[in-house]
Amino acid sequence: MQNLTLILLLAAMAGGAFYLGRRRSYAVVGGPAHGAQLHSLPGYYGYFTLIWCLLPALGLFLLWVLLEPKVIVALIIKSLPEAQRAMSAGELNLLVNNIQNLAAGDAISGEVDALMRDAAERYNEYVSASRRMLATLTLGIAGLGGAIALRRIRPEFRARNRVEQVVLYLLIAASSIAILTTLGIVLSVLFEAIRFFREVPLTEFLFGLTWSPQTAIRADQVGSSGSFGAVPLFAGTLLITAIAMIVAVPVGLMTAIYLAEYSSSRVRATAKPLLEILAGIPTVVYGFFAALTVAPWVRTAGESVGLEVASESALAAGLVMGIMIIPLVSSLSDDAIHAVPTAMRDGALGLGSTRSETMIRVILPAALPGIVGGILLAVSRAIGETMIVVMAAGLSANLTANPFEAVTTVTVQIVTLLVGDQEFDSAKTLAAFALGLVLFVVTLCLNVIGLTFVRKYREQYE
Amino acid sequence: MTETNITEEEATPDARPVDPADAPAAHKPKGATVPKAIERVTELGEKTVGEVRCENPFIVTENVDVYYGDNHAIQNVTLEIGKSEVIALIGPSGCGKSTYLRCLNRMNDSIESARVTGKISLDGLDIYGSDLDPVALRARVGMVFQKPNPFPKSIYDNVAYGPRIHGLATDRAELDEIVHTSLDRAGLLKEVKDRMDEPGTGLSGGQQQRLCIARTIAVNPEVILMDEPCSALDPIATARIEDLIDELSRDYAIVIVTHSMQQAARVSKRVAYFHLGRLVEVDETDRIFTNPRHKLTEDYITGRIG
Amino acid sequence: MTVSRKNSREIVEAGLARRRRKESIFRATGMIATAVGVTFLAVFFATLIAQGSSAFRQTFIKLDVEMSESVLAPDGELDLAYADFDGLVRSALRDAFPEVSGRSERRELYRLVSIAAGFQLRDMVSDDPSLVGSEVTVWVPASSNVDMLVKGNIDPSIDESLRPISDAQVGWVESLQEAGRLEKRMNKALFTNGDSREPELAGIKGALMGSFYMLVVTVALAFPIGVAAAIYLEEFAPRSRWSDLIEVNINNLAAVPSIVFGLLGLAVFINWMALPRSAPLVGGLVLSLLTLPVIIIASRAAIQSVPPSIREAALGLGASKMQVVFHHVLPLALPGMLTGTIIGMSRALGESAPLLMIGMVAFIVDVPGGFTDPATALPVQVYLWADSPERAFAERTSAAIIVLLGFLLIMNLAAVIIRKRMERKW
Repeated sequence: MQNLTLILLLAAMAGGAFYLGRRRSYAVVGGPAHGAQLHSLPGYYGYFTLIWCLLPALGLFLLWVLLEPKVIVALIIKSLPEAQRAMSAGELNLLVNNIQNLAAGDAISGEVDALMRDAAERYNEYVSASRRMLATLTLGIAGLGGAIALRRIRPEFRARNRVEQVVLYLLIAASSIAILTTLGIVLSVLFEAIRFFREVPLTEFLFGLTWSPQTAIRADQVGSSGSFGAVPLFAGTLLITAIAMIVAVPVGLMTAIYLAEYSSSRVRATAKPLLEILAGIPTVVYGFFAALTVAPWVRTAGESVGLEVASESALAAGLVMGIMIIPLVSSLSDDAIHAVPTAMRDGALGLGSTRSETMIRVILPAALPGIVGGILLAVSRAIGETMIVVMAAGLSANLTANPFEAVTTVTVQIVTLLVGDQEFDSAKTLAAFALGLVLFVVTLCLNVIGLTFVRKYREQYE
Repeated sequence: MTETNITEEEATPDARPVDPADAPAAHKPKGATVPKAIERVTELGEKTVGEVRCENPFIVTENVDVYYGDNHAIQNVTLEIGKSEVIALIGPSGCGKSTYLRCLNRMNDSIESARVTGKISLDGLDIYGSDLDPVALRARVGMVFQKPNPFPKSIYDNVAYGPRIHGLATDRAELDEIVHTSLDRAGLLKEVKDRMDEPGTGLSGGQQQRLCIARTIAVNPEVILMDEPCSALDPIATARIEDLIDELSRDYAIVIVTHSMQQAARVSKRVAYFHLGRLVEVDETDRIFTNPRHKLTEDYITGRIG
Repeated sequence: MTVSRKNSREIVEAGLARRRRKESIFRATGMIATAVGVTFLAVFFATLIAQGSSAFRQTFIKLDVEMSESVLAPDGELDLAYADFDGLVRSALRDAFPEVSGRSERRELYRLVSIAAGFQLRDMVSDDPSLVGSEVTVWVPASSNVDMLVKGNIDPSIDESLRPISDAQVGWVESLQEAGRLEKRMNKALFTNGDSREPELAGIKGALMGSFYMLVVTVALAFPIGVAAAIYLEEFAPRSRWSDLIEVNINNLAAVPSIVFGLLGLAVFINWMALPRSAPLVGGLVLSLLTLPVIIIASRAAIQSVPPSIREAALGLGASKMQVVFHHVLPLALPGMLTGTIIGMSRALGESAPLLMIGMVAFIVDVPGGFTDPATALPVQVYLWADSPERAFAERTSAAIIVLLGFLLIMNLAAVIIRKRMERKW
């Protein structure tokens, strides 16, 4: 039976369990009129029954669905003759893939022999057997659970407390997902990165100056035919980030100052939503704009002055990225400026400062930690930005400080290495994870420091 | 059945002036000459009772109204303030005394919805005139706020801030002297002499307020406005500041808003009583506290209102 | 005072002009900075609309097609699968321009019309087999080059070798226009078709459905989990190192680059759990992890804004903590939570980097029918089309962007309206 049908049946059973549980709670006290004799509201008895019906069955279902593919694949492999089982991991993988595709009726690469056809048939048998078992077990456990729960319904039974306890556990589980996500990110990236560093030493990666990630085509080549020195990538990332910051920080900060101090409330009411729109434009759209409009414009502008500008210059990508980041810098600076107590401003004005003097000499120094925190967060954003650079920056590693040349960044390389057909284990794809690890660590540090500044700053004035 | 003797007057006690003969005897100081026809005014009328004018006025406010949007916060106030006097503005909360104070150095400019009409002049110059820059005005009319607000800078830099922006010192030595003198006059120099580089925010409440006074003095103003400067301080610090006000009054005109009548009686020579945006009564301190001419002033002083 | 009052006044007056100048320069800088952002927005939208609005129209050519029986039903039976509809189109073109001869010239003639013309004829006959043997007049889509020419994106005056359309073709197009056989009509294909190699056939329906399925998964997962986590963290979690750690964690997750979430998705969902690549289910899983911190933070703020007096009142009446939360706090915090969720959704809708990681880069023609069919998403479609060199794809990319921005605008407006309408003043 299809998964979806099973889930719907389960949901229906759960609904029935609720109804039965509630009815039973009335029954054990002799009717709805005696409801006050129950420890908890009748609804809670219903929920209690529902929980016992649904949760164990759901747990089994999820576990089964997760493990089913692996178990079936393992069974199929076991059923293969010795020759096949002895194949290398890669070839075995391919064979299994072919068997799965054949079983599903899809096209496969290569020839189909009797062996594969048998295996495919067996695969389908296993799958349907598994489905039948799953359906029976799940619905059976659901029924059993519901029945057990019903038997425990008594007037003194503290259904509400039980139900609330379960709800509490569910809430805790939901909160742990955040931690699990971080753990997941760290572990998965770390795991693959470590596999990469077994093939390419860490020092070569972090300090090497050549990036040309070619990998072995033939099985007997070791993955050292390519060079994985990431310094040009770091340099490219820094160059584009620097250009973006040069645009975003002055413009963002001055915008925040103007809107906070000088503009009328009407201008503020128009400009702030507009800046929010700027912040809400998807980065792929910025990338398109950068590639199609800004880069050619930068090129013609440069050439008219006699400079040689690449069609995928760092300048074009950096400019657009800077514009994308303006709202971030502006809003964080605005928060920092507004957190400075007005008493400070009044004191300065009362002494006869002009508004610019107040801002520059009193408010900005007081707001500085918050502003710096905001800048750090903006830098982190720029470093982690992908789509703008994928579409507007180059693909070839280039160690330079010239903004008119094309450079590539860490994020571009991650995308290039993983998009496309390659084996998952080659050094090339693992390099993407190594880059991902570096990216994660760097942005994490910047974020932690930035957020600490921003938060500590707010506390100072509260 | 006896007729009820409640006459019209008694039934509506605030409607008409009270017969002077009914004035409680306690209010008449012994041996004081009673001014002719004390009419204890009871209505919140158009005219301010007492002496709004003074000799050699330095600040003149003439028919001043202040609106915050639709709220008519100050209504038709006329008052003159002399060069070397201490005048206290008193009244229940919300009566507009702070608002009035803030007109004198145009601090109301920073409030978007505020509108000021009427004439305010300082030493003959219309402070709302097009040729007068508020920046220059505030170098002549300083302000000390209710809650001490030193900048998060060193003590030295706090006091030096004003002279620096106005360019009052040509070199470091002159600046040092201005800072020292200001701290001295504010009575703070001895306590902070050895820690001028420490942040101003590290001082105690009373010290911070004296720092703010020093900061204000450093730009060499002619008037110092004080908006309830002691309300956030303990009694000892308050006493020190009141002594300071007395010393400062020799060189500066001081306008002090206070919610403490005792403080007003201690530090000021003249008192102005505000009520719901109107200037009800202005008079010499002694007179207003012993023999107020307006019923509202009397009610406030005796604690019936506010 | 060593400096007399009069001196002070003079010094201050003297410095005023310079200080006023500095003030105006500073203020002007602020204005210019604000204008930068606003101007960019204006320029951006202007170029976008200029480039993209033309994609909503497509050039069509009117042909008189002989549904010849000999071609369509040679043995007396209608054979849709193998009948040469393209041949019918070609002969219609030859009839329209009888003077065209020679193989290469004729090939150019055939290229005036899109390959979709044949499919269109087949669909017509399939719907109404009685058409066989009659002559029908159909409007068929022109090829993308003709479309570009008609829209003015190809300049016929430049040298022939430099453009994708020949002089002869230009001439034919002009005569079709004069004969009233060339028209621009609404480009329905943009919304009814999936992706295609031919620009005139390419549409965003597949991408729209893919995005839709993904967002369904994202909301279904991120909203309940996010709200539940926020409730626990705000109402039940004891203040401890652990809960502080969770809070720091969530704030950081909100700032992690989205591509890292893509790597997570690739390693865990695709490789470890062997879920199908480029399925909306996987995309939705990744996006929900990405959106979760945003929803948690917004929900926590919403819960915090419910005044304690309400909680106390409910507790005082004898409600349990859980009942207070679910019966009183949650309904009041709901608008804020919804707003946060909608904003999170709009961010998820625009994400493309993590989707590239999980394989949504493939060229997928079919419109996905479910959560596990291979699909693409609207922003990814924009990325794929942006790579194509053909001019026709450039205008369609802009059109897709317009649609994407339209959805984002609607979502954000909904959030603002919810916030305004259900805002309570405590």
